Amino acid sequence: MIELAHFQVLSAGLFCIGIYGVLARRSAVLILMSIELMLNAVNINLVGFAATADFTEPQRALGHVLVIFVITIAAAELALAVAIILRLYRNRFSVNVDEIDLLRG
Amino acid sequence: MIGGFGVVLARNIVYAAFALLIALVGTAGVFLLAFAEFLALVQILIYGGAVVIVILFGLMLTRLQDFEHLTDHRQWPLAAIVAFAMFGFMAAAIGTSNMVAMERQGVDFRIIGSVLFTEWVVPFEVASLVLLLALIGAVIMVRKETEQD
Repeated sequence: MIELAHFQVLSAGLFCIGIYGVLARRSAVLILMSIELMLNAVNINLVGFAATADFTEPQRALGHVLVIFVITIAAAELALAVAIILRLYRNRFSVNVDEIDLLRG
Repeated sequence: MIGGFGVVLARNIVYAAFALLIALVGTAGVFLLAFAEFLALVQILIYGGAVVIVILFGLMLTRLQDFEHLTDHRQWPLAAIVAFAMFGFMAAAIGTSNMVAMERQGVDFRIIGSVLFTEWVVPFEVASLVLLLALIGAVIMVRKETEQD
């Protein structure tokens, strides 16, 4: 039987994999992919709670509604992040985040 | 999960993009386990359809020679330690919580629709505004500097 803890552990695992990806990758596009992975981990958590919580049906629907909003916002920030990356590439011809240190003192 | 590891550990960048696709479609499978059929369909549609393609476009347009063999950051052992520590922390929190485990039941998606338009209509409209602003902002940011107004 698949319990809530399975969903939570899977969500935590994916989230931490995404954190590792954000911290340890040098390409901005890969960092963006890791951020999407983290958002997916959050969605798994929300859906797990919505499936196994002890509420009435309209209240459990909140989990799904929140997932819809998270997916929406993830799509919006993906579009903006890709636009920023393209702009960055146009200026500096590199998406290596180690080389983008114009603000460093 | 395997897809997730593929995203952060792949050497070739296109492999990482396809690993992300595997991870996202795997998430849709997990949604099916939780009887969230509507969300599984939405997930496959949006993520598998649009997100991965957008990322591949980004890869296509910022193509460099050294993306055949990716190198990680110099401090990646520290990142691995941080990731494992966070996972240990979260696993401990999950293990020591006493959430009552109920039988999994899905949510009827007509309830999702009705709730979206009655109780949560304001975030719904705000989300559509966010999408609009993101679209406009992205187009403005990528536009070439021409003389048109």
